[in-house]
Amino acid sequence: MMNALGTPACLLLLGGTSDIALAVARRYRSEGTALTVVLAARPGERRDRAVAELRQSGCTVEVRDFDARRTDTHSDVIASIERDVDVAVVAFGLLGDPESAWTDVETARELAEVNYVGAVTTGVALAARVRAQGHGVIVALSSVAGERPRRSNFVYGSTKAGMDAFYTGLGEALREHGGRVVVVRPGFVRSKMTEGLDAAPMAVTPDEVAAAIVDAVRSGREQVWVPRAMRVVMSGLRHLPRPLFRRLPI
Amino acid sequence: MTYDPGLSGWGGAPRSTPAARVRATDLDAIRRVLAGAGRRGVTLRGLGRSYGDASLNAGGTVLEMPALDGTFVLHDDGRLTVSAGHSLDTILRRILPHGWWLPVVPGTRQVTVGGAIAADVHGKNHHVDGTFGAHVESLRLVLADGDLVEVSPTQDPELFWATVGGMGLTGVIVEATLRLHRVETSYFLVDTDRTDDVHGLLDLIDAHGDEHRYSVAWFDTATTGARLGRAVLTAGDSAPVSALDPERRRDPLAFDAPTLGKVPLTPPLSLVNRWTARAFNELWYRKAPASRRGEVQDITQFFHPLDLVDDWNRVYGPAGFVQYQAVVPDRESLVELVERIGTSDHVSSLNVLKRFGAANPSPLSFPMPGLTLAADFPIRPGLGALLADLDAIVTAAGGRLYLAKDARTDAATLAAGYPRLDDFRAVRSRVGADRVFTSDLARRLEL
Repeated sequence: MMNALGTPACLLLLGGTSDIALAVARRYRSEGTALTVVLAARPGERRDRAVAELRQSGCTVEVRDFDARRTDTHSDVIASIERDVDVAVVAFGLLGDPESAWTDVETARELAEVNYVGAVTTGVALAARVRAQGHGVIVALSSVAGERPRRSNFVYGSTKAGMDAFYTGLGEALREHGGRVVVVRPGFVRSKMTEGLDAAPMAVTPDEVAAAIVDAVRSGREQVWVPRAMRVVMSGLRHLPRPLFRRLPI
Repeated sequence: MTYDPGLSGWGGAPRSTPAARVRATDLDAIRRVLAGAGRRGVTLRGLGRSYGDASLNAGGTVLEMPALDGTFVLHDDGRLTVSAGHSLDTILRRILPHGWWLPVVPGTRQVTVGGAIAADVHGKNHHVDGTFGAHVESLRLVLADGDLVEVSPTQDPELFWATVGGMGLTGVIVEATLRLHRVETSYFLVDTDRTDDVHGLLDLIDAHGDEHRYSVAWFDTATTGARLGRAVLTAGDSAPVSALDPERRRDPLAFDAPTLGKVPLTPPLSLVNRWTARAFNELWYRKAPASRRGEVQDITQFFHPLDLVDDWNRVYGPAGFVQYQAVVPDRESLVELVERIGTSDHVSSLNVLKRFGAANPSPLSFPMPGLTLAADFPIRPGLGALLADLDAIVTAAGGRLYLAKDARTDAATLAAGYPRLDDFRAVRSRVGADRVFTSDLARRLEL
């Protein structure tokens, strides 16, 4: 059960090797109460390292094999968790190469399957869990890229726009069942996902995103931008006339 | 579909949404609920005064007990048989005119008899009279399978003592027989002393703690430095008629418990912050005399100064607050707790300290010989780390936390303070309670 301070006893990380997901676990663990982390990710060296790191910091860790593209397995993975899941973070996602994403069918399909289809099937399975428990917070990692498509990464943006809409609506559906969904829209995050890319303006670290997530879960917010100022920036950009928007170096 | 914001305890956090809320109007209604219990089980809720998640059941059924108020029999010998849904406030109003008083009155009268037994509440007289459960002659309990049983310290004592302090997890208490205390008046003769710091307070308690039936101290954690833990100790006894002024003598058993009004709404932000908490602490300290003997006080003044204002928990705003209450066996650990709070950047506006007497046979009853401290903290970032530090001090000292107050610790910390937790689980399993009775508290702390 989540305690009065908004700290979970059981945290489920889907895409559990993501820098942001692991930063969320570290932040909750630093609250001082016992934390079980269910780490759902593809098997491999990265997952082993994540498990070791979490155990080192005092978490109890359970591991589940999870592949975003194997949508038929998502329900079983979540059903296999015995304890109540207090907070679930949907953290998997691919950035992909933006040019092949709109010129190569396979790249486009992979982005769509992981970022949108996988996010939806996972969300349906999580929703069943929340309804059965009567409580639970689902944190969905969306992106500001979904708010207005840009020439530079619109395929990625379109998948995030889809998953953002799905989880926003899911939040409405789960209210009466005691559940809540937090949709998180970070700007450019300096993480292993963006390694080698030039940082965009207002770039943030995974830990800053994690701090925003922990704060939103505690305070009951349902939509957060990281950094906060990004909300105003995106609101402006959404309404910019297209000829002008096109010329922006973003 | 309508949106149900769910339930919370007195602290306002956490909140949780049950699948169903059912009023326990009679035995049949209770049995129907137990028979239809789903996978998320049944949780009992009285007047919702436990601070955390003891009366919450996310996704399950909450059985609301205050409707169960049919039986009220005051026997000539000072025993009282009542349905478990009666509040202590109602009972006091009805027994006082006959010259009787409840053996244990906790910090609020707005609790049910069932809740008082389930939390095994204590009052200012614990060092003399023990907990509420110590004055229960017998109780009637509906078990998970619907059977109605009577238990007492001699009749299935294991189940009796697991139910006392058992947080509603053994069965539904439907009726209890209590032994009352005789009083001449509804007033108290009170001595008040101020001390400059926490050490002075503990000296005073050591020297004079047992001279009165009732005794409690308020202390300051918002003032740091040499005056950390400056305190006001009040101690007293039930007043005889001869101590009253002529006007009160005309109706010495009047239920004199004035209130000023209520906090009308929840403000958008907590009104309790570093500055208001300091001011409150200053005021509370200043209004007390340095030393006064034999003042006559009414029920509200002496027992429930906070009840002057109804719904006072609202001042903490929508984020709510947690009350941290622990008991430690030794003085050094108590001082360590006070110092850790004083040097943190979290402020508590209300701190209470008291020395407990002996423990009773209940495996989950909170009081044990030692010193108990209670502090109210507004919920804000970083509080978790402070309270985890306090937990570590309590655990190292061999102390424990109070289930009726707790809203944030973890299973291992709780278990460290209750070495007989497995006895409790064994009784629960013997009567099949573990299949039906649960709560968010029980899930969080793996009771």
